[in-house]
Formats: sequence, C-alpha cells, structure tokens
Amino acid sequence: MGSNGKIIRKKDLNIWQKAYLTEIFKGLRLTISQIFKPKFTYLYPEVRFKPQPSFRGRPVLVHENGTERCVACGLCSRVCPALAIEVQASETELEKERYPIKFEINMVRCIFCGFCEEVCPEEAIIMSNEYELVFTSQEEAIFGKERLLKSTEEMKDRLEFLRAHR
Amino acid sequence: MDNVYLVSVVKFVMYVAIVLISVILIGWLERRISAFMQNRTGPNRVGPFGLLQILIDVVKLLLKEDIVPKSANKRIHDLAPIISIAVALSTFAVVPFGNTIEMFGSEVKLMIADVNVGILYMLSITSLGVYGLTLAGWASNNKYSLLGGLRSSAQMISYELSMGLSIIGVLMVSGTLRLDQIVLHQTSYLGGWLPAWNIFLQPVAFITFAVAAFAETNRLPFDLPEAEPELVAGYHTEYTGLKFGLFMLAEYSNVITASAVIVTLFLGGWHLPYAEYLGLSPFGLSILQILTFCVKVALVILFFIVVRWTIPRFRYDQLMNLGWKVMLPVAIANVLVTGLVLLVI
Repeated sequence: MGSNGKIIRKKDLNIWQKAYLTEIFKGLRLTISQIFKPKFTYLYPEVRFKPQPSFRGRPVLVHENGTERCVACGLCSRVCPALAIEVQASETELEKERYPIKFEINMVRCIFCGFCEEVCPEEAIIMSNEYELVFTSQEEAIFGKERLLKSTEEMKDRLEFLRAHR
Repeated sequence: MDNVYLVSVVKFVMYVAIVLISVILIGWLERRISAFMQNRTGPNRVGPFGLLQILIDVVKLLLKEDIVPKSANKRIHDLAPIISIAVALSTFAVVPFGNTIEMFGSEVKLMIADVNVGILYMLSITSLGVYGLTLAGWASNNKYSLLGGLRSSAQMISYELSMGLSIIGVLMVSGTLRLDQIVLHQTSYLGGWLPAWNIFLQPVAFITFAVAAFAETNRLPFDLPEAEPELVAGYHTEYTGLKFGLFMLAEYSNVITASAVIVTLFLGGWHLPYAEYLGLSPFGLSILQILTFCVKVALVILFFIVVRWTIPRFRYDQLMNLGWKVMLPVAIANVLVTGLVLLVI
C-alpha cells in the first residue's frame, strides 16, 4: 500500500525502487530516527502509572467523617459474580439505622467488574485507581473494613466521574 | 626466537579477551538499540545502563541443565557448537588491527598470524563455519533443526560465490593477498585528498561483499537457518544451557569478524585520513590507528544491528534469486569492469 492507500504492484515500481538499495536506506533512516524518539515504557518502580478516574482498580468503601456510607443492604454481595463480597448488617443509632459490622472483600476472587459499584444505591462501594495488589497468603488477600475504607476527599476524582457519566 | 612466541601468545590472549568482552558489549548494544527503535528502554537494571545484563545471562546459562534429546547423536551434538565457536574465533587471526609497531626494541605486527594468503585463509575458515550449523541441525534429530541446517548450507554455498568474486575486485586493485598489504595500499590518497579506500575504488564490490557478509553471519535479512516464525529456533532448537550460549557467542563473534573484514578490505583498516600530518610520535600514531580501527569496526557493527531491525526476512526463493540471479552476475560484471579499467590504465 502506498501512502495514499493505493496498492502498488511490482510492475509499477520505478528503477530505484526495484534496485532495493535506495528503499533500504529510506528504511534505515526511519529506524534510526525512531532511536531518538521518547520512550513509551514507564521505568516502573521509580515512575508509576497514574490511572484516569475511569480506571477500575480495587473496590473501596467510602466514609464521610469516619462513618461509612454503606447501609449493609447486601446488594453488592448479591450481584458479585465471583462471590467475593461478604456483608453482615447490624443496627445503629444514626439516621441510616443499619451499618455493616463486617464487610470483607476477598481480593483473590475479585474480578474488578465493577458490578458492586453499579448496583450500590448509596454510592458507598466504588472502584479506586489502585492496581498494585500483592499478597503472600490467602488470609492476607481478604480485605476487611479497616483496609477498605477511604474518605470522600481521597475518592473525589472517582465520585465526580461517576456523577458525570453514570 | 623465544621473543616471537611470547609476543604471539600475548597478542592471542589479548585478542580473545577483547573479543569476549566486545561480544558482551554487542549483546547489550543490540538489545538496547532494538529497544530504542521500538520506543522501549531495553535492559537497564543490572549495572550502569544495564551493561552487566549479558554477564548475568551467561551465569544463568551456566546454571541451566544441558539437555540432549534421547534420539540425538550425542557426540556430534556436543561437537557442533565447538566447531561454530572455534571457526568464529579463528577467522579474526589474520585481520591487522594496527600498523607495524616498535615495541621493546623489536618490530611487532599488530595481527595474530601474518599469513601470506590472508584472504584465502579467511574465506576457507568462514566456509567451515557452516559445518557447525549443519551438524547441529542433523545431530539434534529434529525436523526444524534439520531444515535450519539444510538452509544454512544452501545459503552459504550461494553467497560464498559472490563473496569470493567481490573480493577478486579488491585483489586486482591492490595486487596482494596479504591483508596488511591491502590496508597499506589504502593509505595513499586519490587526487591528493580522497583516501584511497577500496569503498571508493570498488563500490560495487563493497555492496556485494556486505550483503554476502550478512548472509554468511546469518544476520536478519538472511537469518533463514533460525527463522523463528517458521522453524522454532532453527538449528539450535534442541540446545540448552552453555551449548546454546556458545552458538550465541559464535554468532556475535562472526558479526565482529565480518565487520573487521569489511573494515580491512574496504574501509581502510586502521588508516585514519590525514593523521600522518598531525606530527604525532610513531607510538602515539599507532595507538591512534588502533583506536581508529576499533571505532570503524564498532560503526559497522552498529550498521549490522540497525539493518537487523529495518529489513524483514527474505523468503527462501527470494534469497536464492538474489544470490544467484543478482549478486553473482553483479560480482562477475564488477570483476570484468575492474579488469578492463586496469588494462586501460
């Protein structure tokens, strides 16, 4: 294919193109010029990829001034295709009346589909931009409330994205 | 008399050390440059700029199990990489890397073996290199290895001819088979300013020789013996550990040798144009000339690497077409024209 999208047949080549050499030098010029172009690779441990708000990283629970938004309705646990979420409800004196006494996500099972975020009526469980998840044991991979809770300020970008695009 | 042997031994040890170190450097350079061309960074963790990566790889290869297939011919399977590496290292012996130098009260020629038929020695030894690949392919008892070995022998025969014929042009111009004399012949100037390098006297021979050198070293536009998409890894499919490492070492040594031969025959060897007018002491001039030789070889090696990532692999029939229908007639025509011109002059 030529630069204008037309197919070039062998009989259409001129004498220089048939003689290989000039075309080879054109190719060499292209590859050599690529050497000095900027690199796409991140030098990972030093430079880290910062995902956009639309990125679906690990799910987190949102809290406002220390109280989680979650009302322990159990919809996320119900919709989770990998059965990764476990919620146990309990009563509270606050206006919302219910809160999760136990909220666990098994990060080995989680497939980052984002169904929990979609189904949540309180915008309490949302996907964050964290993607570095390394565990050395099965127990360590089960995230409890203390590791899941993030403040609304921390999750501002994602919350704004959800409000604009959902 | 003893002194002569001592000098030869010193030169030999230095040469092997230099070649092995430069193989490491070239391996690193090739991986870095290929990465840069694809907008990647390449190995950059081990040592400064990743320079020690290949050293680590060698350690890794040392620790790997040496697997010989059950149905393979064990003795030939062991012998093949040894042939490859021995041939690759011994070709360099006749290449002069500097002018005659005065050292410790005696004249030392800066080449390992001063053979009076240097070019013939070089041609015959490089054509032995194909035995390493063919035997490796045959002894592995694997269809891919066998095809790789067969291809390498066919390719070697097709390109050896045009390689030899393109050298004839150089021989006719310089009138000698000694490589140091060929370099000395290139140190004069054409019309008082252009260095009389054979690339200017024999441009067609230079191109045919360079293309044939790519084919002889099995480098990318002609790396059919190990064409990955077709033959898994070609002749070294069944090799692991250090024996595989020896094949790699042989490939890179071949690249160094081919570059050195191209520099010697066509690019003026150790000759740095106008350096004799700088007014340096003879010893300083010799050092400068050795450096010039190294820089020239490095540039040609760089060219080898850049070409590898530019030109896609030839199809087998295209390879044969190019070898027999293009390269051979061009090389013969070059010999004829050179002869006619020499007759007229």
